[in-house]
Amino acid sequence: MDIRKIKKLIELLEESDIGELEIKEGEESVRISRGSPSAPVAMPMHYAAPQPVAAAPVAPVAAAPVAPGNNDTSAPAAAISGHVVKSPMVGTFYRAPSPGSPSFSEVGQHVKPGDVICIIEAMKMMNQIEADKAGVIEAILIEDGEPVEFDQPLVTIV
Amino acid sequence: MLKKILIANRGEIALRILRACKELDIKTVAVHSQIDRDLKHVRLADESVCIGPNPSAKSYLNIPAIISAMEVTDSMGVHPGYGFLAENADFAEQVQKSGFTFIGPDADVIRLMGDKVSAIEAMKKAGVPTVPGSDGPLPENKERCLAIAQKIGYPVIIKAASGGGGRGMRVVHTESALLNSIHVTKAEAKAAFGDETVYMEKFLQNPRHVEIQILADGQGSAIHLGDRDCSLQRRHQKVIEEAPAPHIPEDARRDVMKACVNACIDINYRGAGTFEFLYEDNCFYFIEMNTRIQVEHPVTEMVTGIDLIKEQIRVCAGEKLSIKQEDVVIRGHAFECRINAEDPKTFMPCPGKVSTYHPPGGFGVRVDSHLYSGYVVPPHYDSMVAKVITYGADREAALRRMRNALDEMVIDGIRTNIELQQQLVRDSAFGEGGVNIHYLENKLGL
Repeated sequence: MDIRKIKKLIELLEESDIGELEIKEGEESVRISRGSPSAPVAMPMHYAAPQPVAAAPVAPVAAAPVAPGNNDTSAPAAAISGHVVKSPMVGTFYRAPSPGSPSFSEVGQHVKPGDVICIIEAMKMMNQIEADKAGVIEAILIEDGEPVEFDQPLVTIV
Repeated sequence: MLKKILIANRGEIALRILRACKELDIKTVAVHSQIDRDLKHVRLADESVCIGPNPSAKSYLNIPAIISAMEVTDSMGVHPGYGFLAENADFAEQVQKSGFTFIGPDADVIRLMGDKVSAIEAMKKAGVPTVPGSDGPLPENKERCLAIAQKIGYPVIIKAASGGGGRGMRVVHTESALLNSIHVTKAEAKAAFGDETVYMEKFLQNPRHVEIQILADGQGSAIHLGDRDCSLQRRHQKVIEEAPAPHIPEDARRDVMKACVNACIDINYRGAGTFEFLYEDNCFYFIEMNTRIQVEHPVTEMVTGIDLIKEQIRVCAGEKLSIKQEDVVIRGHAFECRINAEDPKTFMPCPGKVSTYHPPGGFGVRVDSHLYSGYVVPPHYDSMVAKVITYGADREAALRRMRNALDEMVIDGIRTNIELQQQLVRDSAFGEGGVNIHYLENKLGL
């Protein structure tokens, strides 16, 4: 289930009087409940690293597989010391070729130039992003399914 | 109404669009190149996305990047502004195919007007007066070309069908030069636009540039919002514009405006558009139609009181035109001076940091600009940094206001054409009104 669908469901909930929404799609399911009366307003979203990005309007979400849309699970801003691999395009960042498949890369993994480390999806096309340096993956800065802009740091290699 | 619009442009027009969106409660997404991260409208937008490096081809003209940005931000529509992709039919088509709304007419209407030969055909059918010409592309046959030119009468002008905006044209004064001129213009057209089709028109010696603003909803309604005179030009770039066009008999104006409205309904136009004419000896001659909002739209807004960008967004979002022709009343007079970051003598662009920016103000003074103190004008894009617009109860009052406004304006740190504008608004022939399109270049000795 992709993040755009979940965002739309959250919007649906917010615009209606529904208190809770549960949707099953095959093996996946998501339950969205209305939060406390003082639910925070959506923050201005600027897709620039290294600030943590709120990927959805901030409402409590019990969902799989996307991480809750608040700030503390985003990659720490401190770990950028190695060579930074930046996004060559605008799109959506994915760590694996399809939901449920093993990720292309993990922190600590050895890579050489040409190894695929992630995918950026743009206009329904999957673009494989390759390591341009040999080394070890130090940090993965973007959450799976998060939108990225041009030149946004994705991964660091030491 | 669209909930979120992506602004596919930069500078002052991006800020203008953002302001209209805010008034309509539409969320805004600002896309920008790397160096444009600190543009005023980017700072004010609800969301922003960097779409590429500084060169326009990789950013503001990068169709996949823009559509991708629309996808990741869940935008519903895109406003292309002017220039860049505003009249790119392929972009409009791809936007629509991807399920988004393009703020402008349909791709096939953009194509129709983008091809100058087919545009003239369509205008003729609607009863819009056109320049006497070849009535179609020039044939290969040399004899026939010579005959066409003889029939029109020298001087003639050869124009590229895929050109426009002053590009891909050549004037021919004598028969002996005709065939060679056609040959060279075709080669230039092929190189510049990928299409060597050319056509021929009578060359008008001392015309004025008068254009007519329209709004249409693509649902059977279209209105005109008066005319503008943009005759003060340098190398086909407008320098000062005004509304309404001075010294034009009402009946001539009325007839041509009616024809423009009919043409809009014929071609099922949707959005804002401008019909451009050459005006000479009390006659209007259609040259081209721009299927987008224009730089000088503020002067029309001042004399009609109508927000053209908001109306443009409304009709392109599917609403019917809420304004009737009888609601459009032209009151008073307005001028716009374009302020460029350029050397006042050589006209070379002068990018750099604006150390102090202080715009003029007061009753009847409007400034559309993205400048702020500390802003750095980048070298990669066009040099226009501000538009100073003044309104007055009549032409003289508006012009006097413009003199004072220009005198108040401060842009320190870069060179601008403010001084040139100050001279032009004191020029006596311009003060009379009705100068032709060669006036400025003659005055500057070009």
